[in-house]
Order: sequence, then C-alpha cells, then structure tokens
Amino acid sequence: MLIELEQIHKVYHVGEVDVPALQDVSLSVARGEFLAITGASGCGKSTLLNLLGCLDQPTAGRYRLDGAEVSGLSWSELARVRNSRIGFVFQSFNLLMRQSALENVELPLVYGPPIPAPERRGRALELLARVGLADRVHHTPVQLSGGQQQRVAIARALVNRPALILADEPTGNLDSHSGHDIMTLFHELHAQGLTIIAVTHSDEIAQAAQRIIRMQDGRIL
Amino acid sequence: MMAILPLRIALRALRRNKVRSSLTVLGIIVGTAALIAVMAVGQGASVMVREQIESMGSNMVLVFPGSMRTGGAHSGAGGRQSLTAADGDAIAAECPGVVAVCPVIRSWTQVVYRDNNWRSMTQGVTPSYREIRGWSMQGGEFFQEADVRGATRVCVIGGTVADNLFAGEDPVGKVVRLNSMPFRVVGVLARKGTAAWGQDQDDTILAPATTVARVLEGSPFNSVSQLMIGVATAEIVPDVIQDIESLLRQRHRVRTPEDDDFTVMDLTEITETVTQVSRLMTVMLSVIASISLLVGGIGIMNIMLVSVTERTREIGVRMAVGASPRDIMLQFLVEAIVLSALGAVVGVALGAGAAGIISRVNNWPVLVSLSSIGLAMLFAGLIGVFFGWYPAWRASRLNPIECLRHE
Ligand SMILES: Nc1ncnc2c1ncn2[C@@H]1O[C@H](COP(=O)(O)OP(=O)(O)OP(=O)(O)O)[C@@H](O)[C@H]1O
Ligand SMILES: [Mg+2]
Repeated sequence: MLIELEQIHKVYHVGEVDVPALQDVSLSVARGEFLAITGASGCGKSTLLNLLGCLDQPTAGRYRLDGAEVSGLSWSELARVRNSRIGFVFQSFNLLMRQSALENVELPLVYGPPIPAPERRGRALELLARVGLADRVHHTPVQLSGGQQQRVAIARALVNRPALILADEPTGNLDSHSGHDIMTLFHELHAQGLTIIAVTHSDEIAQAAQRIIRMQDGRIL
Repeated sequence: MMAILPLRIALRALRRNKVRSSLTVLGIIVGTAALIAVMAVGQGASVMVREQIESMGSNMVLVFPGSMRTGGAHSGAGGRQSLTAADGDAIAAECPGVVAVCPVIRSWTQVVYRDNNWRSMTQGVTPSYREIRGWSMQGGEFFQEADVRGATRVCVIGGTVADNLFAGEDPVGKVVRLNSMPFRVVGVLARKGTAAWGQDQDDTILAPATTVARVLEGSPFNSVSQLMIGVATAEIVPDVIQDIESLLRQRHRVRTPEDDDFTVMDLTEITETVTQVSRLMTVMLSVIASISLLVGGIGIMNIMLVSVTERTREIGVRMAVGASPRDIMLQFLVEAIVLSALGAVVGVALGAGAAGIISRVNNWPVLVSLSSIGLAMLFAGLIGVFFGWYPAWRASRLNPIECLRHE
C-alpha cells in the first residue's frame, strides 16, 4: 500500500469553536491507483488532500506513506517528504508569477538534494516538452493561458519524480476544453504507473478514475 | 538547498522593488557613512596630536606647579611659590641626564605696533627654549643669555603675531609695545601651524624670562608657570622624572608623593592624555552615528515585514514544493543581509569621500583605517542579521496551507 490512513481526525479551532473537518477517516490507496474524491462543498476534501500531501498534520490518527509513518514528523521533515514523494496540482495553479515556466518547474529541484544546474534545467525542459509547452519555456505565467499554466504546474509536480500526485480540483478554473486536455494528461501519467488522487466536482473526471470516494461532513461514505 | 540560491532569490526580489530597496538601504548608507567619517576624523586627529607632540621632542620633560592628583595647586611651606627658577637651576645642576632647563613664565599681553593691536601670550623663557623645542627662525635671531641676565627688553615673535602687527613689513629691528612697554623685536619664529588641540602655535611672543617677570608681571624673577627640561635621550626619561621628583620633594620639604605641590610629566603622558580626549570624542560621535545605523536597521526590519506579507503566497508555493522552514528563513535573512551589506559598502565609500572633503575643506588630517572599515561593515552586517531575524523567523513559521489561501 502506498497510503494507509487510520482513523484520521482533523479539527480546526476557530476562536472558541471546534470545527471538525475530518472524522474517523480510514483509507488505503495502492500504488498506481487513480482515485477521485468527490462530495459537497465543505465536506473536507481539501483538508484530506492537504493531510495526504503533508501540508498539514492530523489532529489524531495515523498516516503511513509508502510504509513510513509521517504523522508526528516535524515541519522540516514534512517538507522533505513533500519535496521527494509528492507532487501538487492546485485549482489556482500556484505558480510563481514573476518567474518563467522553466524556473517554476525547476523549483522543487532547488529544495531537494543538490543537482547540477544543467541537469536541473534538462529535466525541467524535458517535462515541459512532455506537457506540450516546449515552445513556452521562457514565458511567465501571465503570458500563458489557464490550461497552459496548469500544465506548467503538472510539470512542476512531476519534476522530482514523486510517488504520488495530488490534485485539488485541477480543472476547476479551466474551460471544458482545456480541462479535458488536463485530464487526458493525468490519464497518460496514470498509464505510466503514477499514483494520482484528484479532488473533483466533475462527474466526467470522477467516472474516468479507477475508484471514487464520496465524502460527506468530514467522513468517507 | 544550495548556498548561492538564497542570494539569487534575494537579489531578484530586491531588483524587483528598486526604489523601495534603495530607500531602505539609504538608512544603512547614512549610518555607515557617518560612522566612517567620524572615525576617520577622530583617528586623524589622534595621529596629528601624537605627531605634533612628538615633534616637540620625545626627550622633553615638563614640570608644572601644583598637583594633578588633588586637582588644586598646593603652595609650598611658608608661603613660598611652589615652582621657582631656582628649582630649575637645581635640576640642571643635580639631575644627571638633564641637558637643558628652561623656565617659562606666561603673561597675557596687549601688543601694539603703530596702529595695530593684538592680544597674545608672552612667554618668558631662556635661549634653551629654542634648543629644547627645536624651533628654527624665519628671520633675525633668538635672544641671548646676556639678554636674560640683563633683563633686556627684546622679544621674538611667532608668525601669527607678525602677520597681525606688521602686515608684510619685516618685524626684525622694530619696536613693539607689550602692555605699553617698548620691546625690540630681534627675531621671527618659523611657522608651526595650528596644533591638533586647536591652539595656534604661531600666536606667541617669546621674551627673556627675567624681563617678563620684572617688566610685565612686576615681580622678581622667581616663580615660574612651567619648567621645560631637555633630556639627553628618550630612554632615560623615566629615570630623570624620578630624579626630578625626589629632588623637588626634598627642596619643597614634601614627605609623601600625595603631598606633591608639583607635577612632572613627559610627552608620552601628555600624548596619552590628549589622545584619550580625542578618542573619547570619537567614541561619543561613533555612538551617535551607530544610533543612525540602528535606525537604518529598523527600516530594514520594517520593509522585510512588509515583504513577507506581500510574498505570503510565494512562501506557500515554495513550502508546498518542499522548502523547509529553514530554507524560507534563510531566504529572507539573506535578503536583509544583502540590503545592509549593500548599504555598508556604499556607506563606506561615501563616508571615506566625506572624510576626504572634510580634510580638504578644513585642512584636517583624516585617517580611514582598514579597521574602521571592517568595524563599520561588521556592524552593518550584524544590524542586517539582527533586524532581519524576526521577519525571516515569522516567514518560516507560516503555515503552508494558509499561505496558499492568502490573496
Ligand atoms: N483553516 C481553517 N480554519 C477553520 N476551518 C476550516 C479551515 N479550513 C477548512 N475549514 C473547514 O473545514 C471544512 C472542510 O473544508 P475543506 O476546505 O476541506 O472543504 P472542501 O471539501 O475542500 O470544500 P470545497 O469543495 O468548497 O473546496 C469546512 O467546514 C471548512 O469551513
Ligand atoms: Mg476544497
């Protein structure tokens, strides 16, 4: 199993009030799976994805990633896990707006184990070509369309050769056509053996996944 | 993360906000420049004081009436004046290693030549004065021993006095009035210029000690303002000082050094005193300059806090792809240090330039020493680290999810 969640709880404290965002979530994901998470707004999908991506820590419960316990790690250790095992794709792309597509794709390598600059660049260029942006490498995000920006984000997610791609509504900000392109890309990646977990509202995408998880009020149905 | 990376990120961020970065750096520039200039002027002054005092002769010993220890002047038993010309004669006769003794009697005098008036210090001395101070003549001659014995009314004047009374005329042979007494000018001293402590050394009149005592002060030639003593070599100065002290204690019937009614000093002591004063001034002014550097540091902290807020989303993105809190901390810390280092470099250059201008305009010596540059750079660097720390720490503590949600 690549991912094993055991009785995960996540509670946000807002002033005096406790907001339970996840309750008793247990989940296993095998290597190479393509998983879709759906559910009404506010049901805890993003919260779950952030925990899976080591961007946050659960309030209670255990999380094993690739056999190694990650709940209870320090922030620096979590950063290392994110850097080496996980690639993120966000709804709002989250690229560095003043840097070129190439520099954005190189960014995760910069925080990883030292790699010579030419190799860094080579890997980034290769991935940009793979997502169909070979002719756009020096463009900054403002010079790219939404679909192109998301493809830069996917190239960035792949550059560290992660075990797991996490996508939070990756097509949410795109028109149906570019959304479709992005999904095609995900399918290709899945076909090459990557594990993908995507949060989505779109039935089309959900149907395309191998397995669908529905959530409601912080629980998996 | 590699070492040069934070530097590249910092330079890029600073270049993006050129105006803001420059204004922030300005605070550090001004502080560093002030620090460098103050230290340059101060150290220049110290060096000049030392050189001037040493040029007076490193084998000179001065004896003053009164005790430095108690602050007030003790007078000798039986109402006797505490330092006399006879003391000088005794020192010359009994202390080995003493090659010349010159009594000095000081008197403020009004000098008049025709319509020209000047107020200056007249010093009653003997011809050995010239020998001890190594002062050459610009014109005429110094007066002779015979003039001292006969208390003749002759004088030698400094360059400033000559300028103010004679305006180009040759003073030698002319008669001036000192407090309305006629004195013949027999010589003009070579110029020595302004001393570091501000005194114009050329604003002086030298006359035979006996004449000054009797004619100007109206008293017998007895008590003196100072004894100037020439010693054979600099090495024996400490021994000579001891000899003089024990001789004078014996002559003045002083039992313990605490009761001394005189002070013996050599030039190293005087040099130390004067340089200590100028050092103190330098330190005080440096502290003030450092405060402006500190204010510059607060400016850096302010701008870094703004920068962290503005770039919250960037921080979130970097964290999401694997930047550790330490990486983020380093990024902002380096940015602050680059700001202050930039300011320090420009400030050092400006400060050295300002010191150069000060020296040109005021004709002061200035000394921009490597140690003062190092000190200013180090201080500015520390300011960068100190004031950059908190904003950088805050950035490193941010929660990645909240950063990514930040607009
Ligand atoms: N930082 C936070 N502080 C307090 N409450 C939060 C925080 N983040 C999320 N929540 C709450 O946790 C619950 C789950 O939020 P989450 O963002 O996971 O929902 P979601 O399923 O992703 O919704 P959407 O489909 O609209 O993106 C919500 O009730 C939300 O209000
Ligand atoms: Mg969400």
